[in-house]
Amino acid sequence: MLETARRERFEQTVLPHLDAAYNLARWLTRNDQDAQDVTQESFLRAFRFFDGYQGGNVRAWLLTIVRNTCYTWLHQNRAPSSDEVFDEEIHSAEISGGASPELQVLASADKETLRRALEELPEVFREVLVLREFEGMSYKEIADVASVSIGTVMSRLARARTRLRQALGAALGQES
Amino acid sequence: MSCELTQRFVPGYLDGELDLVRTIELETHLKSCAACAQELENQQALRDALRRGSLAYVAPAALRERIQSSLGASTAMKDPERAIAWYALPNWRWAAAFAVLAVFSVTSWQLVSGLRGPSNDQRIEAEVFASHVRSLEANHLMDVASTDQHTVKPWFDGKLDFSPPVEDLASDGYPLVGGRLDYLEGREVAALVYQRRKHFINVFVWPDASGANSARGMESWQGYNLIRWSRGGFQFWAASDVSAPDLAEFVRLIQSRVSPGSK
Repeated sequence: MLETARRERFEQTVLPHLDAAYNLARWLTRNDQDAQDVTQESFLRAFRFFDGYQGGNVRAWLLTIVRNTCYTWLHQNRAPSSDEVFDEEIHSAEISGGASPELQVLASADKETLRRALEELPEVFREVLVLREFEGMSYKEIADVASVSIGTVMSRLARARTRLRQALGAALGQES
Repeated sequence: MSCELTQRFVPGYLDGELDLVRTIELETHLKSCAACAQELENQQALRDALRRGSLAYVAPAALRERIQSSLGASTAMKDPERAIAWYALPNWRWAAAFAVLAVFSVTSWQLVSGLRGPSNDQRIEAEVFASHVRSLEANHLMDVASTDQHTVKPWFDGKLDFSPPVEDLASDGYPLVGGRLDYLEGREVAALVYQRRKHFINVFVWPDASGANSARGMESWQGYNLIRWSRGGFQFWAASDVSAPDLAEFVRLIQSRVSPGSK
C-alpha cells in the first residue's frame, strides 16, 4: 500500500531523530510528560507535512516542527503570571554588567546546578544553547530551526552563555 | 584585532563558525592578551561543563512505541485494510476525532467499496470530514479571525502558493468569520470559515489542476454534509452540520460570486 510505504519511509528517515526531538521538547516544556505529548504531536504533524518535505536536513526540519509545537503548547498551557515576557532590549541591558565566575566555579558545577541554571534561562536563550551544545548544530541550522538570522543566533548564543555563567556564579559563588 | 572584537568573536571561534582570516587574527591576538585568553578559557570551561554534565535528555522507549502506533493509526485511516490497528490507539489529543473518522472510513468503505471501490475522492472526503470535526473539537477553527474578506484574503499571502478566492456572504446570512491553514491530500490548503446561526461551515480551497468547472452532489455522514465543486481553477469542499438545503444554498451563493474563468 502507498500509505504503508510512506509510513515506512517516514520511520526510516525521521524517527531516528526522536532523541533530538524529545530533548528539545524536554528543555522547552521543562517536564517529561508534556515533552512526550509535544514530541508525539510533533511527529504526527511531521508525518502530515512529510510530502512537503523536499529532502535535505531532516533533523533541522523536524526540530522546526517540534519548536513550533512547543511554543503553541507553552502559549496554551502556561499560566499568565508565569509568562516570561521577553524583551531583547531590556534583557540585554541587564547582562552588560556583573563579573563572570571564575574557572574553578564553572569546573565545579554539578549536573543539577547546571540543569537548573539552564532551565531558568528565557526560552529564546535556552533553545539556542540546547541546539548548539547538545545537538551540535551549526549557526545556520539553528537559524533555520528558530526562524531567525544567523546574526541573531550569534548574539543570542553570546547572551545565553553570559547569562548562564552569571547564574552559575550566583548559584555556586557562595559555596566556593 | 582589538580586545573588543576578539571578545565578540570568541564564541564563533569556539563554535567553529569563524572564517579563516578572523581565526588567524584572533589567535594572534590571544597570544599577546591575557584578558582575552582568560575570556576564551572561561567560555571553554562553560562549554566543557555543559557537555560533561551530559544534560541532553534521551527519549523514553515507551514514547517511541506510542509514536509508532499513532503513526499506524494515522496510516490505517487511509488504508482501510489496516483499520483494525485502530483500537491499539493510545490516548492523545486527536484520538476522539480520528476514532470518529475510523468508524466512518470503515463503514463507508464497506458500504461503498462493493459498488465503485475506494477512490481518490472518497479519501479526500474522509479527510475533509476529519478536518472539519477536528477544527471544531480542537478549538482551532481559525488562525485569522475576521469578518472582512480584505483581511482574510491577504492573510493567506505568503502562507500558501496560491491565493484563494474569499467572498463574504454576510448579506445572505452566511457571514465570513475567519480562515486558517489546513492540510489535505498532503498539501497545505486554505480553510475559510463561515457561520450560519450557531453552525460553522468550513470551505476547503486548493488549486484544481484539471481546470474544469464541475459540481457534485451532496454527501452526508453522521449529521455532517459535504458538497464539492470546481470553479475558476480551484476545487472547493464545503463541510458543515447545517441542514442540507442551507448548505446547498450557501454553495450556490459562493458559486455565483466566484468567476468561472478567474484564477
